[in-house]
Amino acid sequence: MSKKSFRQAINEALRQEMRRDPTVILMGEDVAGGRGGSANTQDAWGGVLGVTKGLYEEFGETRVLDTPITEASYIGAAAGAAVTGLRPVAELMFVDFVGCCLDQIMNQAAKFRYMFGGKARTPLVIRAMYGAGFNAAAQHSQALYPLFTHIPGLKVVIPSSPYEAKGLLISAIRDDDPVIFLENKVMYDVEEEVPDESYAIPFGEANLTREGDDVTIVAFGRMVGMANEAADRLAKKGIGCTVIDPRTTSPLDSETILECVADTGRLVIVDESSPRCNMATDIAALVAEEAFDTLRAPIRRVVPPHTPVPFATVLETLYLPSVEKIEAAVTATMNYRVTEKV
Amino acid sequence: MTPDITPITMPKFGLAMTEGKIAGWLVEPGTEVTTGEELVDIETSKITNTFESPVAGLLRRHVAANGEMLPVGALIGIMADAAVADADIDAFITRFQADFAAASDASEGAEAADEPVMMQVGAHSLRVHDRGAGEGTPLVLIHGFGGDLKNWMLNHAALAHGRRVIAFDLPGHGGSSKDVGPGTLAFFADVTAQLLAHLDLSRVHVMGHSLGGGIALTLAQTQPAKVASLTLIAPAGLGPQINMDFINGFIEADRVRGVQDVLKYLVHDKALIGRRMADDVLRYKRLDGAEAALRKVAEACFPGGKQGDDLRPVLAGADVPVTLIWGQTDEILPVAQADGLPASVTRHILPAIGHMPQLESATAVNDVVEAFIGHEVATA
Repeated sequence: MSKKSFRQAINEALRQEMRRDPTVILMGEDVAGGRGGSANTQDAWGGVLGVTKGLYEEFGETRVLDTPITEASYIGAAAGAAVTGLRPVAELMFVDFVGCCLDQIMNQAAKFRYMFGGKARTPLVIRAMYGAGFNAAAQHSQALYPLFTHIPGLKVVIPSSPYEAKGLLISAIRDDDPVIFLENKVMYDVEEEVPDESYAIPFGEANLTREGDDVTIVAFGRMVGMANEAADRLAKKGIGCTVIDPRTTSPLDSETILECVADTGRLVIVDESSPRCNMATDIAALVAEEAFDTLRAPIRRVVPPHTPVPFATVLETLYLPSVEKIEAAVTATMNYRVTEKV
Repeated sequence: MTPDITPITMPKFGLAMTEGKIAGWLVEPGTEVTTGEELVDIETSKITNTFESPVAGLLRRHVAANGEMLPVGALIGIMADAAVADADIDAFITRFQADFAAASDASEGAEAADEPVMMQVGAHSLRVHDRGAGEGTPLVLIHGFGGDLKNWMLNHAALAHGRRVIAFDLPGHGGSSKDVGPGTLAFFADVTAQLLAHLDLSRVHVMGHSLGGGIALTLAQTQPAKVASLTLIAPAGLGPQINMDFINGFIEADRVRGVQDVLKYLVHDKALIGRRMADDVLRYKRLDGAEAALRKVAEACFPGGKQGDDLRPVLAGADVPVTLIWGQTDEILPVAQADGLPASVTRHILPAIGHMPQLESATAVNDVVEAFIGHEVATA
C-alpha cells in the first residue's frame, strides 16, 4: 500500500477495471488529451485535470475516446453503448454542463431498467467534477448531487477521500445501473494510503469516520474532511461527535443515520449544495419523520446561502461551509435548552 | 527558545496538513504586531488561510520568503525586541534550523522503521512487520483465519524487547497476495518457512493463534529444527469441532453490520467489537480475491464443517517447550480441546475470555509469553 492522491486513486481504479474487463471504455472531452489539436500531443492532458493521463497510451483509441464538445451526443452515445454491452465511463468534466444532456440522463438512462420491464441493463458511469473553492465561478462550481438524487433510477456517489474514491469508482464501473460519480475538484491533490490492489466499496453503506456520544454530523464529499476537523477540535472541548459519510446519496444509508441520531440525540448536516431541496433538507425530513422523539435539540444545517456560487475568493469562502461554521453549529446544538412557553 | 526571541513557525491548519506555502507576508519586518493580528497568508493543498500572530511584539525577520514551501513546524519568521542584536538572531536561526533538520530526519527514520513493509517471498507478496532487536531468539507471530498482523497490535511491541518480533499477513489475508495454493496448513507452514529463510532466521520462537496455531504445529512437525518453542493460542488441530457459523459468516459478510455480528463470536465481551473495527477488517476483506481465498482455506482446513487436521500427535512427539493459552468462553474452538494433552504442555485457561485472548486479555498473554520465552533467553 502506498500514499496516493485523489487523482491517482481514480486513475488507478479506471486502469485496473479496464485491464480486468475489456468492455470498459472511456469517453469525454480531452480524456485522451490533445487529440484534434497539435501533433504528438495525444495523452498530454489526460482530461482537464489529468485524471485519465496514461490510459490512452495503454488502451488506445478504441477504448479511450475523445469526443466533440457536445454533451448531449456523447452522454447519449454512452447510454446507448451501455445497453448494448459495453461499460462506458463518460466524463462530463464540470457537472454544471449537465444542463446540456439532462434528458439523456434523466429521461433515458435512468429509466431504461423500468421502461423495458427489467430486461435492460445500463452499466454507465458518468464522472464529473463538482463543488466550489476553485474560483471557477458560478457556472463551474455547483454541487448538483441533490439534482441527481432526486431522479429515480440513478445511483449517486460522492467520495470523500482517495481510498473511498478508488473503491467506490470500482463499484460504480461493476454496477449494472447508471451511476453518477461526483469528484470534488478541490480534492484532487489530497493524499492518503490506498491499496494497490482492486477493491470495491458497496453502495448504500455509510462510513463512520469519527465516533462520539454527543452530536451526529452527516457530511458529504469534501465536507467530510471539514466535519472530521471540526470533530477533532470539539473533542478537545469535551464534545464527542459521530461523523457520518453516507458515501452515496442514492441509495442512502438511512438506517445508520437514524441509529446514530438515536444514540446522540443531536444532528448537524453539512452540505455544500444550494440549501433548498438539498441533501440536508432531505435528511432533516427523514430524521424529523422517523426519529423525532430521539432529538434533544433542533436539527441544524450548515449550508451555503441560496445564491449562485460567487467568483471572488472572499465571497466564495463566505459562501461555503467551513470548519468554523460546523464547530459553531455543533456548539449551538449542544447549548440548546428547551424553554417552556407560558 | 531564547527568552527575547520568539520563533514564528509554519502552523498546522488541519490534521492532514504536512506543509504550507508562504502565499504572502502581510506584515513587514520592523513592524510592531499585536496578538491575533494577521501576519501571513499560507496556502496548503486544501485552502489558503491567514495566520494570525500568536504573540505580540516586533517582527524582526521574514525567514521564509513569499512562495516558499515549508513543512509544518519550520521557521518562517522571528519576533524579537529591538534590543536583540542581529548577530544573536542569526545565531538563533542557525541553531533552530539545525535542530529542526535533525528532528525531522529522526522522525522520518523512526516512522519508516516501524511500519509494515511488503516483501516478495518466493511466489508470494507478504506484508511483514519486523520490530525490535537484540540477542534473544526471534519470535514469529502467525495470525488466524481471516485475521492479519494487526491481531497482534497489543502484543507485538510489548514483546519486542531484547529480540526481534515478526508479524506477517498470511497469503490470502490482510495486505498479502491472495494466492493460497491448496489452502492447507501445510501450505501456510511452508510459506512461513520460506519467510524465515528470506529473513535469514534459522531458529525462532513461534506463536500462533487459531489457524495460526495449527500452522505453527505443522511447522514444528515438518521443520522441527526451525522451532525453538511453541506458544499456541486457541490453536486449530486439537479437535474436530469448529464454529462454522463464524467461518461461513465471516466469508460471506460484506457489510459493516454483518462483519460486526460475526466478529462478536471472537470475544467474551461483545462491547469490544465496534463499527470502526469491523470497517478496518472490511478494508482487507474487500480486496479482490480475498473472499475466494478465505473460501478455499475453509474448504481445505474445515471440510464438512470439521477440522480436517489432527495435530495432537505433533504435541505428543514435540521436543520443544510448548505453552498453551485458551479462553474459557471461546465460541470458535471449544476450550475442551485443551484437555488430554501431554503433561509437558503448560496450560493457561483464562476465565471470561473468548477466542482472542491476545486482544481481550493482552497483558495476561504478554506476561505468559514473556515468562515463557524470556526463561528460554535467560537459560540460553
